[in-house]
Amino acid sequence: MRRSIMFLPAAKPGNLLNADVYGADGIVIDLEDATAIGEKDSARILLKHALRTFHYNAEVIIRINSLSTPWWKADLEMIVPEKPDTIMPTKVYTPNDIRLIDETITRIETEHGMEVGKIRLLPLLETAGGIEHAYEIALASPRIDGLYLGAVDLALDMKATLTDESYEIAYARSRLVTAARTVGIDAIDTPYLQVRNYEGLQKVTRIVKNMGFNGKACIYPGQVSYVNAIFSPTAEEYEIAKAVVSAFNQAESEGRGVVVVGGKMYDGPAITIVRNTVEEYERINGVRT
Amino acid sequence: MKGKLVASVEEAIRLCGLKDGMTVSFHHHLRDGDGVLPMVMNKISEMGFHDITVSASGIHGSHGCLVDLIKNGVVTGIDTDYISKVVGLSISHGSMDRPVIFRTHGNRPHAIAVGESPIDIAFIAASAADCQGNMNGVSGPSAFGSMGYAFADAAYAKKVVVITDNLVEYPLTPISIDERYADYVVAVDSIGDVNGIRSGITAVTQNPMSLEIAKKAVSVFENSGLFEEGFIYQTGGGSISLATTKFLQAAMDRKGIRGSAILGGTNGLLVDLLEKGYFRKIMDIQCLDLDAVESIKRNQEHQEISAACYADMLSKSCVAKHLTCVMLGATEIDLDFNVNVHTDSNGIIRGGSGGHTDIAHGAKLTIAMAPLLRQRRSAVLEHVTTKSTLGDSIDVFVTQRGIAVNPKRPDLRSRLVDAGLPVKEIGELYETARALAGKPDPLPFTDKVVGKVYGYDGQLSDVIRQVDESKAAV
Repeated sequence: MRRSIMFLPAAKPGNLLNADVYGADGIVIDLEDATAIGEKDSARILLKHALRTFHYNAEVIIRINSLSTPWWKADLEMIVPEKPDTIMPTKVYTPNDIRLIDETITRIETEHGMEVGKIRLLPLLETAGGIEHAYEIALASPRIDGLYLGAVDLALDMKATLTDESYEIAYARSRLVTAARTVGIDAIDTPYLQVRNYEGLQKVTRIVKNMGFNGKACIYPGQVSYVNAIFSPTAEEYEIAKAVVSAFNQAESEGRGVVVVGGKMYDGPAITIVRNTVEEYERINGVRT
Repeated sequence: MKGKLVASVEEAIRLCGLKDGMTVSFHHHLRDGDGVLPMVMNKISEMGFHDITVSASGIHGSHGCLVDLIKNGVVTGIDTDYISKVVGLSISHGSMDRPVIFRTHGNRPHAIAVGESPIDIAFIAASAADCQGNMNGVSGPSAFGSMGYAFADAAYAKKVVVITDNLVEYPLTPISIDERYADYVVAVDSIGDVNGIRSGITAVTQNPMSLEIAKKAVSVFENSGLFEEGFIYQTGGGSISLATTKFLQAAMDRKGIRGSAILGGTNGLLVDLLEKGYFRKIMDIQCLDLDAVESIKRNQEHQEISAACYADMLSKSCVAKHLTCVMLGATEIDLDFNVNVHTDSNGIIRGGSGGHTDIAHGAKLTIAMAPLLRQRRSAVLEHVTTKSTLGDSIDVFVTQRGIAVNPKRPDLRSRLVDAGLPVKEIGELYETARALAGKPDPLPFTDKVVGKVYGYDGQLSDVIRQVDESKAAV
């Protein structure tokens, strides 16, 4: 479940200590942009010890430096043996980038006697090339279980200007979510940059949820609960969905494939959607059936 | 205009018949801006008196003069509810032969009334007074709001001197403490800097950790079975405690309920709740910023109360006994839920119960809150350094990593578990913190007792010992 993934810098011990207390489904510990060039080595070492010491109650995702830097390999050499759940490669342009990272992780896993392939990849697509290759990238490694859109670098690469309306990244969002859904993996949206504008955050999050994204990145702890709420079925939606599923099961046993509940008709895909709603709600809220 | 007016503080001291060995008292409503305690005590020193006991409802940053007055023997005793770090450091290093007496805000007026803590001369700062000694804290350029702590001093001291920088025509209105109690009135240039009353917190914190803890604490209240129409609420003055107001509003909106009253020290955040209609009344012992001062002056729903009315647990009744829920900070808490708010991680005095112990005892639901780790020190210890508020008054302890419920409240524990809150044993929180930060070395103390801590009932809760400077980190 990746309703929210929250970023924090790897170089700050206080942030590492409490990374998982804000309710984000995943924490993204950043060795890339949030770690200054002069602190790359110390951040890596600090992160290694944090992963050995803390037992996070969230998916642990490590954002590594891009292939165009001298640091990505050292990031993997230091971090892969600590068995994070997921590695987030950055500035991914082509499937070959993913293949190189996959091979490197596989080598390190083998050298350390680890189960090969257990560490997942959540590539950050933040270049025009990356967006155009989204589908091929999604298929480049079986480790990949999601695609994540990075709008700030993308805007830089495209010479675009980020606006509140976000029209400039509408194509990128559509392209990424379509690729992800084609392959059957997660689609995670870029963070909302106005950290205390919760109204704006909720508005944008509803839009991307409606587009098909299943989660959004957060760059401030206060954003997490808003994002989680939007990507979670409400109790009311759950009750309606349960009623539809129940009615459909009854109808199916009577040889019918369509059911009308509350004046609304459900069949085929609509039934799949309500079943997903029931399953999601019960998983999020620990409902035992 | 003459009335009880005398020319100077010195003349008032002479007329009151101060002698070596006597006790003089002060309130701390002007907090870090108080000019009256230093003015009077320096005059007492100049006049050659020694062996004086200072009875003050609180000793704050503006009272640093006491360090030198202790050194040269002018002050040999302190009876108070709170001591901030400058004077606290001196006392923790053993500067006084007699231990400081720490009381609670509610028990201090009781001890004064029954003669356990007698006062010879009360020097009462008033932001407005007339020549007969009618006084208040809401008028004049140095208005500081409620005079709650001064009522007992005025009523029971053998002599009462009113000190004001705003002498008005007789009769003053409104009156907080009336002329029956006053012996002398002194007009001075300034009673202090009113900006010093600020507790330092004027807006809900943006600190994500504090907000997370505050949110969890409000969830505890919301699911406690006590979150009902007409509840009475108090928060401590710390950033986490005050942050609960943000989440409390949302919870009240969700349930569509309103509270009867807010109790306590108040600031603009709490005044805002009153003005938005979330609560019907504020019962105010002290104002912690100028918004609160303005409110108590103009809003008749914002009521000044005495410290005894606030929280004298040995009286027939007091507002603290009617509290539904109180949210409090904790410097340390131990496996028995005892809370320390007197001494810091080095064993140095830098605080005191204030009303902590009273309201923790009085409330139906007492929630203590702290980050599990501050830097590398755990908030949960095997034993607190100082038992300020005893564990039987604390129902729940909330951290960012879980909620511990006092075993004496199994009913509450069940409710919180059923609500899906992250309930843990306090031992689990202790182990979590210990695994991350290790077990701290015992603090180095000598055998000398430098402070005695009395509870809401006037019973001795603990003693504070002198820090062994030869082994201490500070």
